[in-house]
Amino acid sequence: MERFLLSLITGIFIGGTAGYLGTLMLSKKMVLVAGPLGHLTLPGIALALLYGFDISLGAFPFVILGIILIWIFEMRTKLSMEALTAIIFASGVAIAFLFLPIEQAETALIGNIAKVGFTDALLVSFLCLLLFLIIKKIYSKITLINISEDLAKSEGVEVKKYNLLYLGAIAIIVALGVKVVGGLLIAALVAIPAATSRNLSKNLFQFSLLGLLLGAASSLSGILLANFLNLPAGPLIILTATFFFLISLVFRRG
Amino acid sequence: MIKEAETVLKVKNLNVVFDNTKIIENLSFEVKKGDVLTVLGPNGAGKTVLLKTLLGVLPHEGEIKWEKEIKIGYVPQRLPFIKDIPISIEEFLKLKEASKKEIKEIFNSVGFKESPAFFQKKKIGELSSGQFQRILVAWALIGNPDILLFDEPTTGIDIGGEETIYTLLHRLWEKGNLTILLVTHDLSVVLKFSNFVICLNKCPICRGAPKEVLTPEILHKLYGEEVKFYEHHKH
Repeated sequence: MERFLLSLITGIFIGGTAGYLGTLMLSKKMVLVAGPLGHLTLPGIALALLYGFDISLGAFPFVILGIILIWIFEMRTKLSMEALTAIIFASGVAIAFLFLPIEQAETALIGNIAKVGFTDALLVSFLCLLLFLIIKKIYSKITLINISEDLAKSEGVEVKKYNLLYLGAIAIIVALGVKVVGGLLIAALVAIPAATSRNLSKNLFQFSLLGLLLGAASSLSGILLANFLNLPAGPLIILTATFFFLISLVFRRG
Repeated sequence: MIKEAETVLKVKNLNVVFDNTKIIENLSFEVKKGDVLTVLGPNGAGKTVLLKTLLGVLPHEGEIKWEKEIKIGYVPQRLPFIKDIPISIEEFLKLKEASKKEIKEIFNSVGFKESPAFFQKKKIGELSSGQFQRILVAWALIGNPDILLFDEPTTGIDIGGEETIYTLLHRLWEKGNLTILLVTHDLSVVLKFSNFVICLNKCPICRGAPKEVLTPEILHKLYGEEVKFYEHHKH
């Protein structure tokens, strides 16, 4: 019972923060970046599983590597994001399964939140809270940069500094998110609540708040369902999020 | 035009190179306080690049000297990504740290007749292109700028709306100490609205009072074969 509560708290914090950050990533198709990043964490997760240390800790250096790769690809070559996704996806999965025993693949691919302990839950909650405050602080500036980088620069916004903070936040949420939903589904954890929120929101305030609430609600109901049906939580969280999205299509505004 | 007005912007031997292609070559000009200066040129002539360079967004060679502590209002050509974001007019203008009071005043001056309280809550994505362009002008006016940099004011606007934007700009210009620098490919804009024109197609081709310098020969040189010298009829 205590384990269950801990996984519930961890899931809600990570889901909510991912949903909130997702509302910034939805414009300019930044959510596409979460896909390759998630896949690239797989070798890190594999290492963590083999040597028995924290999954997020294993994933983190690979996310950083991914962000550097994306930065180099985007800035230095004219390769499309789709090609990039394909290349990174393939390499991430391939490297992971070179040395990860297939029995442990499930945790890497779709997460395993039931493994969360007390210190874990505490640390995750604290990190999510900190992340939330950072995102809140940079939210309007990143929104302006999303609308137009030139417009932001003409207003004297230090675009590079804010982008760095923003990418840092993405890195942390991906590394934390793989705990809950695994390397394959992390992009969905970021993208779906935000997309649902966009269907229902009239303004930025509603958009960001609903993104957070829907992310948290998806995690909450997914984990509850998983416990009830005795199925893995990761896929159920994403499916609940998808379910909310489908409902939002009915109530869609303009 | 006011004689011996102070210079607000001085550009000398400006060169902008992008991906090994020269976009702007050896451009020099001055803008005096109260000027309405138009940079005229065909698509791809480097007009938007010029504005961005003046704003300090793009790297360049040569000298760009703004008057000390000048406040610049920039009206971009379009903001394609804004329709992806659910954001109200009020929230958009607040990204520029405008107070409620200032937003209200600017709403009046850009001529929105709709009930402000209701209208400010409206989603940007739901605006007509004419309304959106006026919001962009409102954006630029926040902070009481000394000079407006305006990128292709006609784009995407029907003639009626276009007419309103120019009357609006003219009204704003008459009212205060506003200096306006706009870039366009639209000849009628220059003839109707500005007191100084620079023709640009990568390198400067002509400069001076529009009616004097925009001869058929110059326009031929600027645009190629097809252009005739005419004024758009009024609607």
